[in-house]
Amino acid sequence: MATFDSVMQRPVGPRGMTVSTIAAIAIVAFAIVFPLFFDPLSGFLGTSIQALAYVVMALGLNVVVGFAGLLDLGYVAFFAIGAYTTGWVMSGFYGEANIHVFVTSTVEALPGIHMNFLLVLVIAALLCAVAGVVIGLPTLRLRGDYIAIVTLAFGEIIRVFAINGPEIRPFGENYPLTQGKQSITPIDQIDLPFLEPLNSILSLRGYYWVILGIVLVCLFVVLRLRDSRIGRAWIALREDEVAAASMGIPLVKTKLLAYLVGGAMGGLSGAFLGPFIQVVNADQFAFSFSIFILAMVILGGLGSVWGAVIGALVLTFVNNYLIPDVLNGVPGALGLDFQFSDLGFGVFGFLLVIVMILRPQGLFPERRRAIELTEGLDGPPGGPPMGATPAPTTTRGEA
Amino acid sequence: MSDQPSENTEAAGGMTGGEGAPRPAADATTGAAPQGAGTGGATAVGAGTTEVADDALLAALGVSKRFGGLQAIAEVDFVVRPNAIAAIIGPNGAGKTTFFNMLTGLYKPSSGSITFRGQDVSRARPDVISAMGMSRTFQNIRLFGTMTAVENVLVGAHARMKGGVVGSIFRTPKVRAEEKAGRDRARELLTEVGIDTRWHDHLAINLSYGDQRRVEIARALASDPSLLLLDEPAAGMNPSESDALSALIRRLRDDRGLAILLIEHDMKVVMNISDRVTVFDHGEKIAEGEPLAVRADPRVVEAYLGKQG
Repeated sequence: MATFDSVMQRPVGPRGMTVSTIAAIAIVAFAIVFPLFFDPLSGFLGTSIQALAYVVMALGLNVVVGFAGLLDLGYVAFFAIGAYTTGWVMSGFYGEANIHVFVTSTVEALPGIHMNFLLVLVIAALLCAVAGVVIGLPTLRLRGDYIAIVTLAFGEIIRVFAINGPEIRPFGENYPLTQGKQSITPIDQIDLPFLEPLNSILSLRGYYWVILGIVLVCLFVVLRLRDSRIGRAWIALREDEVAAASMGIPLVKTKLLAYLVGGAMGGLSGAFLGPFIQVVNADQFAFSFSIFILAMVILGGLGSVWGAVIGALVLTFVNNYLIPDVLNGVPGALGLDFQFSDLGFGVFGFLLVIVMILRPQGLFPERRRAIELTEGLDGPPGGPPMGATPAPTTTRGEA
Repeated sequence: MSDQPSENTEAAGGMTGGEGAPRPAADATTGAAPQGAGTGGATAVGAGTTEVADDALLAALGVSKRFGGLQAIAEVDFVVRPNAIAAIIGPNGAGKTTFFNMLTGLYKPSSGSITFRGQDVSRARPDVISAMGMSRTFQNIRLFGTMTAVENVLVGAHARMKGGVVGSIFRTPKVRAEEKAGRDRARELLTEVGIDTRWHDHLAINLSYGDQRRVEIARALASDPSLLLLDEPAAGMNPSESDALSALIRRLRDDRGLAILLIEHDMKVVMNISDRVTVFDHGEKIAEGEPLAVRADPRVVEAYLGKQG
């Protein structure tokens, strides 16, 4: 019988390390040496870097949607804020200003605001954490679908701000908020302390290792939070808000914390993608991107950390590699007059439908959901009798 | 994220049972006389009338709740003393659960005041009330579906634990120790309410119905309450299970010094363990007093069985 502990206590291997610890070390080691197998400028490596950046976003969105059960359809907003942060403080966009913070001599000579990448990460994460709380506040009294509508609107608001950015000049005539549909470019190359600035023209490997580092940090944070008092509060909230509040969980604080953590991770990813893509413009932040990230979380298994990782990797490779590079010529070869890449979202939809039919809990379901499903088959004797559990309904008007 | 204002936590830790009973707020003491027409009809049976005594742990005064045009609760005065077992009975739809929901902060009363441990909690949030030491179970069991029994109880201890975001991420020794202690305590509580050790790590919703009710009680106990509210704890239990439940409730009162307020339809349980029974009908309190006296009250008989003749 699958008890929680029997799933929790994995088999033990040599030196007392659990098998899953060894597996984790092996996977991380493989991930670190992975780029050495490819040409430093190969397109596949570029796709891998993008995939890892989306992993960070999927991990963040999973905190909000998967753990706390708050359906967020505006996650692109955090990508936008993170990316624009690099546009503001890591490029020559504000040519009038001449601010340089911990950057190397190559960048030091350029006009504009140029800050060290680590500092930019912190700024982006903070800005997005604040934005997460701002988006969280109006949704506090809402539930389910209504939260989705408000967050969707939030994502659109940020996009409209980005489009109209050239007209928005709160800090003076020479300081517009954005460049609108025109790109802010180039963004500075990533510059880490004690290392030569990375150069994406010569090699992508440095970028790969940077985003891998960010992924590992976020993974660590999310796993630790999930198994803590905070994580339990999020899951309790997702399961039954009324019961959670009655058990002493402060709803406002707990929800805002989920938005804050999720938003900060979106910001980190955006702040990485800015220098990687080298371009920031309003067209990058469409609503469909929020759905793209959400699809990763759902495909992997809502609430499952590893699921979010797998979902992000799978969908990015389908989107950036499989469809344009592998399948694109297929219709033409069959004598059909269209390109496969025109069907991009159709393919996602098809994938999601297939997964929902064959594996509704996702590719890599949350462990507690997996037990729920297996225990249903060989549950403890004597339970659950009497028509089982009543669905949690509102107690209103009941006596 | 350190959760509750420290004064609440300290207050909760500082008092159990009757000795340290706080004085109710000044406005509560003034309401010794029944207020308004609504309570005029309430017959007090037996010795104690509804007076907000100095030693009240929980005092509701002239509490009403209206849902649109529906008067769910009308001008109810109600008191629970420390270390007492009080029961609310009444026909279906009498407003018992609505009253519970107001006491625990899920609903705000339309009028009237609720005082718990000397503080006005009429407008307080559910989690604040819980942290002050009032904890509850639900009529339709509301355990967290994807959590084990132990985890459910740990959620109940949320306000008693302190682990914040940073501490949880770095799993500091303090957080680790707290987590360990919390888990041990959760298992103790589950054992105390009668859940066999082998079920502790099963998903709570897969336990038997009676066990689920017990897990809910353990979850409520995890917040170290001074008042425990049980909403139909014996519902769906067979006679031997409800006897065990009665024994458990009595034990909680005697050993832990808890005050217990229950809604119950099982008259055997009610008559067995209650010090005091209050009868609701159509949102009004129609009788109150010792179990035997209440049972003999013609108004109560009428509410349950209809008018004679």
